Amino acid sequence: MNNARNNLTTVKRTELTFLEKLYVPTLWSGLKVTFRHFWNTLFRGKVVTMEYPEQKWTVPEGYRGAPYLVKDTEDRTKCVSCQLCEFVCPPKAIRITPPGPAVDPTTGNVEKRPKEFEINMLRCIFCGFCQEVCPEEAIFLQKDYSLTGVSRSEMIYDKEKLLALGGVHRGPIMKWKQKADEARKQDAFKPE
Amino acid sequence: MSTPTTAELKPAPPPVETIRIKVDGRELDVPKTMPDWQGKPQPTTMLQACAMAGLEVPHYCYHPKLPIAGNCRMCLIEFGTPMMGPDRKPVLNEDGSPKIARSVLPYEPDAARGAIACATPISPGMELYPSSAATKQMREAVLESLLINHPLDCPICDQAGECKLQEYSVEHGQATSRFVETKVHKPKQVDLGPRIMLDDERCVLCTRCIRFTRDVAGDDALGIVNRGSYNSIAAYPGRQFDNNYSLNTVDLCPVGALTSKDFRFQMRVWFLKETKSLCATCGTGCNITAGAREEKLLRFEPRQNDAVNGPWMCDHGRLNYKWVQREDRLSTVISTRTGSGTWTGVLAEVAEVLRNAPKGSVAMVLSARQTNEELYLLNKLAVLCGAITDSIAREGQGDALLVSPDKNPNSNGVRLTGVAYTEMGIQIPKIAAGIRNGQIKTLVVFGEDVTRHGLEGDVLSRLDHLIVSDVLPNETTQRAHFLLPGCAHIEKRGTFVNVKGRLQKFMKAVEPKGDARPEWEFLGELLQLLGRPENFKSLEGLFNQMAKDTPAFAGLEWSRIGDLGVNVKL
Ligand code: SF4
Ligand code: SF4
Ligand code: SF4
Ligand code: SF4
Ligand code: FES
Repeated sequence: MNNARNNLTTVKRTELTFLEKLYVPTLWSGLKVTFRHFWNTLFRGKVVTMEYPEQKWTVPEGYRGAPYLVKDTEDRTKCVSCQLCEFVCPPKAIRITPPGPAVDPTTGNVEKRPKEFEINMLRCIFCGFCQEVCPEEAIFLQKDYSLTGVSRSEMIYDKEKLLALGGVHRGPIMKWKQKADEARKQDAFKPE
Repeated sequence: MSTPTTAELKPAPPPVETIRIKVDGRELDVPKTMPDWQGKPQPTTMLQACAMAGLEVPHYCYHPKLPIAGNCRMCLIEFGTPMMGPDRKPVLNEDGSPKIARSVLPYEPDAARGAIACATPISPGMELYPSSAATKQMREAVLESLLINHPLDCPICDQAGECKLQEYSVEHGQATSRFVETKVHKPKQVDLGPRIMLDDERCVLCTRCIRFTRDVAGDDALGIVNRGSYNSIAAYPGRQFDNNYSLNTVDLCPVGALTSKDFRFQMRVWFLKETKSLCATCGTGCNITAGAREEKLLRFEPRQNDAVNGPWMCDHGRLNYKWVQREDRLSTVISTRTGSGTWTGVLAEVAEVLRNAPKGSVAMVLSARQTNEELYLLNKLAVLCGAITDSIAREGQGDALLVSPDKNPNSNGVRLTGVAYTEMGIQIPKIAAGIRNGQIKTLVVFGEDVTRHGLEGDVLSRLDHLIVSDVLPNETTQRAHFLLPGCAHIEKRGTFVNVKGRLQKFMKAVEPKGDARPEWEFLGELLQLLGRPENFKSLEGLFNQMAKDTPAFAGLEWSRIGDLGVNVKL
């Protein structure tokens, strides 16, 4: 009549022995670890804890910390506001405001860059999808793992903050420089 | 009950002459002729035959509504024709079937010679091979040559996500580029006209834009300048590309070369929520797709409807959406009598006013921008109060292509629902006189600033009650005693009847701001308060009820209108 119930298996709970019921041996084996560390720290100088936050853990290579924006070696924002990271970000932590049609004459041949770029660090799960999807190598998960703030709005990092924290990326991709160089060469080319 | 006359219900056309061909080995009968871009019968092309077999042939320069140019070569396919003996008799295989001669290069008989499917007519017995290895190779080669100088700007290109070059590259192209030389650079951010920006590097020189503006818009403004790899699209020297249809070239452009200045760098297209709607700027009622993200309208694009606008729309209508989300849009319901600011409170007061109004003391001015459903309910209300109703005509410039001189989207709706007679506005002087001599005490205005149409401020100030619904503030809304914020058509659902008598429905693209609500919703509540409970629960129900009660819409149902609308008798 009740198929679901018929398919259930009942697992029998193992009976505890008398010693196990006493808890004392288990307690003792735990205490042994505590005493070993106590002894090692006090008399053999082997420290296993850290005095955080005065002391900080150095993260290994490839660690995925907070995502920040980077600039290239000529102080250009590498991000071109393609919004692929905004699209891919699973918890929707990224919000980009595209620049709109106005041409900014101060940026040389840079055609597009974000007007605003925000990452809500309370939402970010440090998955690294944004770094992986970015076609311009403009966003990197860096080594910060402990982000604090006293309000929710403070935890939404804006473009200025992300760029300041992100620093300079010395990669081979310098889109705008390469385009400008190629165009200049073409203009200067004189057929014999 | 008369059945609606729809384009689909016309008498069956006479049987068409067909040709038997084979597509990928499958036999198929295709009509001998097909309508060309102007609707004239022309020999059926290989591309059309493949489409009938359910196979899309990739193409750039071909567009069903433009003259054929045959310049991009993307549509090359391998084909064969029945072999002819020296006696002009078909050569047969051993099993009696006609022998097919695959088309080959004359100097290289092992290599297939393709034909451009967009411009090559089919002939009896022809075999098309749109999926063969040779066809695949031709496509790869064409794409490779198109990409030689292509900037691969996709991350900053507005077309990305709806780009035919991206799509075909993924589907038919090669994974890697063999081109190691430096790419040719062409002009970028070229200001072609007030609404168009051109990026010459991205252009694939399909000439769709040139043909559209020359042959459809009738403004021969664009052309190709320079030679070889430096070929670029340009406007005629010293001229702007500035006609009222210029933005259609942005839709036509298969790549991101022509971009709309209005939409440029506003949002990547994959974030847009697309809604089927209509343009409400003139009486033509072009079908559109409205793109919005997070309740912000970002663009209108034409949606093909050959019974109304084909694949085009005018620039003016396309850009006429910003007002909807203006900062000062009406968003609070208010009664200046009691200061009530809730729909329940204000509607109760309005109902009280209308209930106590003696017959003949109420007048209504109802805009031809309201939907049929709203006009139907308003007309009911008018009958209930014995009110005199009228609407306001809005005449302007029309053109030969799409733009109608009637600037109201629903003039015919006003007539068919009985709100106004053939000539709109003839009652307005009567209403003005009625207010002046104290006979009319209550005026209901929906969607019009009547102070600009014959009921000036001093006339309105004589009224006891002014009940106004609108979207944007104006002098009439400022003088209103009861202000009911309504919705622009893009914020609600409903139907319009265009100048030619096509009834079309539209969907809601964005939420209205604040208290604003679709008019049909609160009109239903108002009628209920007045003791005339309506038994519709949704817009669908309301439409069906209206169709039952209105002779012109008899037999129609919301679910049967379809995306392209139906014709009604005017
Ligand atoms: S790391 Fe992941 S969660 Fe964080 S911003 Fe990038 S994509 Fe979003
Ligand atoms: S994916 Fe990279 S370039 Fe694109 S918006 Fe994100 S950070 Fe900017
Ligand atoms: S035109 Fe297409 S392929 Fe070229 S950059 Fe734009 S999106 Fe990319
Ligand atoms: S600008 Fe666009 S439509 Fe015009 S020729 Fe170039 S690719 Fe074709
Ligand atoms: S589609 Fe361009 S040549 Fe056929």
